[in-house]
Amino acid sequence: MTDYNQQMIEKYRENFLKEVEHNVEEGEWVKMCMQCGVCSGSCPFGPYWEHPPQELFMMIRAGKRDEVLKSDSMWMCTSCYNCIARCPRGLPITHIIHGLATYAKRLGLAPKEQPTAKFAQLFWDNLTKTGRVNELKLGLALYFKVGEGLKTALENKDLGLAMLKAKRMNPFELVGGHKCKDIKGLHAILAKAEEIEERKIGMKA
Amino acid sequence: MADMKIGTYICKGCGLGERLDCDNLAMIAEREGKSNIVRQHDYLCSADGVKMIQDDIDNEGVNHVVIAACSRRAKTEAFDFDGCAVSRVNLREGVIWVRPDEEELRETTQEMAADYIRMGCAETRHMNPPHPNENRGHEERVLVVGGGLSGMKAALEAAKAGYPVTLVEKSGRLGGAMADVWKHIPTRPPFDQLVDNPVPALAKEIEAHPNITVYLNAHLTRTSGAPGRFSADISVESGETVTENFGAIIQASGFKPYDLANLPEMGGGRIPDVVDQMGLEKLAIEADGGPIKRPSDGKEVKKVVFVQCAGQRSDQEGHLPYCSGHCCLTSIKQAMYFKDQNPDIETLILFDDLRTPGAPGEDFYRAGQDKEITFRKGKVTEVTADGGSVKVRFKDLILDEEDTEQADLVVLATGMVPNAGVDIEALTKPNVEGESEGDEAGGEENAEGEVSVPVESILNLTYRQGPDVPQLKYGFADSHFICFPYETRRTGIYTTGPVRRPMDAEQAMEDATGAALKAIQAIENAKLGRAAHPRSGDLSFPSFRKEGCTQCKRCTVECPFGAIDEDEQRYPVFNESRCRRCGTCMGACPVRVISFENYSVDTVGQQIKNVDIPDEFDEKPRILVLACENDAYPALDMAAMQGIHYSQWARVIPVRCLGSVNTIWVTDALNSGYDGVILMGCQKGENYQCHFVKGSEMAHYRMSKIDDTLQQLNLEKERVATYEVAITDIERAPKLINDMAKTIDEIGMSPFKF
Repeated sequence: MTDYNQQMIEKYRENFLKEVEHNVEEGEWVKMCMQCGVCSGSCPFGPYWEHPPQELFMMIRAGKRDEVLKSDSMWMCTSCYNCIARCPRGLPITHIIHGLATYAKRLGLAPKEQPTAKFAQLFWDNLTKTGRVNELKLGLALYFKVGEGLKTALENKDLGLAMLKAKRMNPFELVGGHKCKDIKGLHAILAKAEEIEERKIGMKA
Repeated sequence: MADMKIGTYICKGCGLGERLDCDNLAMIAEREGKSNIVRQHDYLCSADGVKMIQDDIDNEGVNHVVIAACSRRAKTEAFDFDGCAVSRVNLREGVIWVRPDEEELRETTQEMAADYIRMGCAETRHMNPPHPNENRGHEERVLVVGGGLSGMKAALEAAKAGYPVTLVEKSGRLGGAMADVWKHIPTRPPFDQLVDNPVPALAKEIEAHPNITVYLNAHLTRTSGAPGRFSADISVESGETVTENFGAIIQASGFKPYDLANLPEMGGGRIPDVVDQMGLEKLAIEADGGPIKRPSDGKEVKKVVFVQCAGQRSDQEGHLPYCSGHCCLTSIKQAMYFKDQNPDIETLILFDDLRTPGAPGEDFYRAGQDKEITFRKGKVTEVTADGGSVKVRFKDLILDEEDTEQADLVVLATGMVPNAGVDIEALTKPNVEGESEGDEAGGEENAEGEVSVPVESILNLTYRQGPDVPQLKYGFADSHFICFPYETRRTGIYTTGPVRRPMDAEQAMEDATGAALKAIQAIENAKLGRAAHPRSGDLSFPSFRKEGCTQCKRCTVECPFGAIDEDEQRYPVFNESRCRRCGTCMGACPVRVISFENYSVDTVGQQIKNVDIPDEFDEKPRILVLACENDAYPALDMAAMQGIHYSQWARVIPVRCLGSVNTIWVTDALNSGYDGVILMGCQKGENYQCHFVKGSEMAHYRMSKIDDTLQQLNLEKERVATYEVAITDIERAPKLINDMAKTIDEIGMSPFKF
């Protein structure tokens, strides 16, 4: 992964805007931002972002590669789409933000301890293992791996019991759990997709 | 006038018949108002009602018409009787609509109406039907001063409309500053490709036009006269002087780029690779579509930084405080010079607020972004030479941090300085202190002891007020940027293009078309002896009684439009066609010898005198309201329309401008027993709204001296109040009247009732 990062640094040298345009989903829109700040003002999580969207776009233009890609800002997006709805220039801001997060992850620069990033990985691993989301395991992982803790788990115990009663959650999922019919086939599909993707972006020959 | 015959016509429509005793009003018009004919009509503005009046004019010889109906601002077309003096008595908006319809108030409402009838009749007795001035010119030729883009466009538009044009250009070619420009901003959607400079095509069109005479390397040495009869001496290329007559003048003297050398901290004048926008145009023309090379060593430019708002929008001394309006678009255009030639050239625009006015506006900005011009919001702190390149230090205002950029070339967007000639207001100041008069070339010492550069006059007017048109702000020659574009304070002379306000080429061409239209309007009005804006069509003009004149020069000094000159004996010489008919001269005259046919010290003074002043013990005060007809009077009319009531003691007289108010009216009113006087004019001062520029200001100044009069009469100074009232003060204007009524209630009635 870091090799890929080095490869990109060498390829684009000083021109981070070009790098974003070529590698980030909808990245070619970044140059069209007119710095009005409506996105930052509209974001319900705005005050919690280190760099709101307007600032991220400016940083990209100013060539601040590391600061952008290592930032946890784009992991704060909840996809509410307020910014897209309001951007006077019609930038697909939400998509660009997710695109930046994806790209940072691919380069190995995404923050390791960021809860959203962590949970996203858990979700992916959980899903791809059996081809079905194991909600019990995912929930427990959220509490004990991401760091929500025992206290939160206990707070939600009544909800958990009610779900058991209503047969919305199966305690036996803890051991094994259900899976899709052709799990091998699914893994093959995912491996192929990854291969195509990596070839496309130049990570592999 | 011996053969004066007054006809008073009382309307009973719009509820007037029900609210008022019209027979009583008719009797007053006849007995007190001395009307020869008095008629009532159920619906006076109907065809039948108007015919009734016209019949009296035709058959009975009525030449003074008093219309007692609605406001003078309503039904102006119906009640327009040629050759007659017409007075309007405002019974609807002035009486019944501002008073509650209650039985116990009928008496005072009727008294109000009766007083207005007396006032209307008194006014008309002192009016004459206005007739056009005899001293008018019929010249149709338009003089355009300046052969830049605005001047060329104005000349072409006037010529195309059928008016002959003389174009005077000081340099040896047409086109002005815009001739030195490589490409232009697109004027049509999708606004993404640069277009060719329109100057060569326009110049060709001008040369081919049979109705346009062009003088190159020429300037005006003397301009005199008035709309319809201007005369100008033009010093032409051969050294001879040609004298021509003109109907109107368009001044399109353009701008000078702000001097780069004033910005040493940005490398201006110090670093050869720091240029201004005109400097870059020169490089682009030299490159002729090829790679643009920098001035110092001829190296092809690979990276260029544009600095917006360089020395403008700044409160620093010596900088321009204003935005020049075109520079953001121009920098985008110039960045495209590079991008269109080679997309790999880095172009960075450092802006504070990116402003892209006009039709191309946002689309053009977007086109620039699409061509990968980089935009950063930043404020430049320093530009220095750094080996073979230029280093720009700036603060990024989004990221809130210092940053630097290295570039081959830096372009400063420095803004435009109007080329408006001599600042005549600065000129007259030393004269007041008794220094030598007629020092036309400027060059006076300023406070710091530095000698300013003498400015050459553009028009060389022979007006007593100075050789050029007055400047409004920052040296731009206009009279009001928003309300009256093109109108300078010299009637018949219109400024256009960047001499009027900062603008880009597209706006200048549109502006020039407007100025051509205004010039044509002035010519046609002058032919008929009518006023120009804002009393457009008014035939009356001021005249004075020479026997009474003390040659005090107050009228000539205070005229906001420079309409009045002085003869050898220092008597005023009215140039009727230059006059805007505001009456500021009439208000200024201490011996009251200046008057208009239909507006004079008497027409208003007699209205004041003819109001019935009840005995002190009747507890019926009288409040005189002198309201500017442009803003305050309409505001009161609109208040009436909205059913807002005001005091029954008010008697409102519209005046042309508060500047026309002669203090004798106030003194007379107080002497004859009025309890309060209110003057309502427009906003004065820097952001003035006065239609006659200085009228309201003059009035406020004059009224500041009224305290002496009050003291002499031993009256409370609360009895006279002067206010600035806007046309939107619909609730405030009636409140001011009610406040005065309350004040009188508190301080008591005037002791001057006889």
